Amino acid sequence: MPLDKATVRNVATLARIRVADAELEHLAGELDHVLKWIEQLNEVDVSGVEPMTSVVAMKPTLRQDAVADGGKPEQILANAPEATQGFFVVPKVLE
Amino acid sequence: MGPTDLTIAEARDQLQARTLGAVELAEAHLQAMAEARVLNAFVTETPERARADAKAAEARLAKGEARALEGIPLGIKDLFCTKGILTTAGSHILDGFKPPYESTVTQQLWQAGAVMLGKLNMDEFAMGSSNMTSYYGPVRNPWSRAGDNRPLVPGGSSGGSAAAVAARIVMGATATDTGGSIRQPASFTGTVGVKPTYGRCSRWGIVAFASSLDQAGPIARTVKDAAILLGVMAGHDPKDSTSAHAPVPDFEAALARGVRGLRIGIPKEYRIDGMNEAIDAIWRSGIDWLEAAGATTLEVSLPHTKYALPTYYVIAPAEASSNLARYDGVRFGLRVPGKTLDEMYENTRAEGFGKEVRRRIMIGTYVLSAGYYDAYYLRAQRVRQLIARDFTEAYKNVDLILTPTAPTDAFAIGEKMDDPVAMYLNDVFTVPSSLAGLPGISVPCGLSAGGLPLGLQVLGRAFDEETLFAAARVLEDAAGFGARP
Repeated sequence: MPLDKATVRNVATLARIRVADAELEHLAGELDHVLKWIEQLNEVDVSGVEPMTSVVAMKPTLRQDAVADGGKPEQILANAPEATQGFFVVPKVLE
Repeated sequence: MGPTDLTIAEARDQLQARTLGAVELAEAHLQAMAEARVLNAFVTETPERARADAKAAEARLAKGEARALEGIPLGIKDLFCTKGILTTAGSHILDGFKPPYESTVTQQLWQAGAVMLGKLNMDEFAMGSSNMTSYYGPVRNPWSRAGDNRPLVPGGSSGGSAAAVAARIVMGATATDTGGSIRQPASFTGTVGVKPTYGRCSRWGIVAFASSLDQAGPIARTVKDAAILLGVMAGHDPKDSTSAHAPVPDFEAALARGVRGLRIGIPKEYRIDGMNEAIDAIWRSGIDWLEAAGATTLEVSLPHTKYALPTYYVIAPAEASSNLARYDGVRFGLRVPGKTLDEMYENTRAEGFGKEVRRRIMIGTYVLSAGYYDAYYLRAQRVRQLIARDFTEAYKNVDLILTPTAPTDAFAIGEKMDDPVAMYLNDVFTVPSSLAGLPGISVPCGLSAGGLPLGLQVLGRAFDEETLFAAARVLEDAAGFGARP
């Protein structure tokens, strides 16, 4: 089933990327082309195959639950588009 | 022959013998950098930093306290965070971002005495095989076709790194490889590129694309130089939980081992229909050279090869869609205002990300979304397991695998841009080993009909870069690739 415009709009919303109405059809075509190509994976018999989550066969290392670094609010805020009094500033979330 | 023609190994010897000064070497490269701006290889040039580094190196050399890379001028792919220096990942969305920290790999290079020339251009967020997706414009390959001066791509995503090394603006460069981003540009520019085993180099401080695949490595002009650089870049890092607890061997010493007695696999699935004749011929030469040096070659089968690219284009975008969620206009980089917080996110990301990045984020979001997760993402992870298993089976019979690096030579800027799937095919020979986490090296071994460089790829077992370097050295010596852009 080819991708419809409503699906593309939904994916764009989930991805937090604004897409103009005029772009939807073109984008649906592009994504559909890539997804159709990906669908050849359906030919592969994967029954009984464990999904691979890591290529490195090693036990995840744990570190001490202790602060290793911190106390640098100026450094953290230095690249912020907008900051005040030690906080990041964003548009109003609550009325 | 000027100082920019030296290899890292030669410059290291001359610097230590005091027949060449570190400041003189840095100045020669800064001049080359200024003269080669038409290539657009740099996003940021750091001449002041280079001069300061060179002066410090000079002082240590004078005291006889030289470290492994003392005074060697390098370029850094703009994916590596460099403290206080603009780091863009080739993207508009990281406008003005000056990291307050240094990546582990670059930190190790500076601690070894390397000199920083600047930050190298790249495909946006390392997504591309041409360098055409950079917000800062395409990099031009210093090579051109015989009798045709149309600008060519250097490959990608580490196109700035490869072009700068080939054009002798830098002695070596850092690069990163997710599905072939070190090896394919090395092949397109006649340079040596190494993608180490996943976990060999720390990913800490490298802007993430697809975390289960990304790996840092060097691009250099000789196999020996690549071995020297990797020796400094590699090593366990407690800041990266996927970094391996493996000791770093002496890669340089391994170069002399040769290939006598080794078994080298030639995968039959890599003989693709309509393969470029020159590439096929060079592949056959590679087999002859390794046999002449005492290796045995035999056919091996990697039956799931044809599924590697579609697997990669599920897994990499899925991980990218998650990693790139951090670019929201709040903490760093570009912000495009909106009436609500969601609108601000959407406006910022629509304007900040280029077309290819937006496309991959949307594919990743789609394959991870409710209802599609099992059909796409989980299935791709299972196929990935089968692809890795193919290599495990093959390595029961062979020590190394020899293949071409890329299916074509460098193409012209603007070609292949209309069809994303056609562009993805550039990485057909590099992606399978990336999915399996295995090390690979590309060595320039000859020229195409158009007079452009072509690389051969050697793949090895996990954490066996030493055997990889030994075979690469044999190919390098036999090929005698002396051509220059």
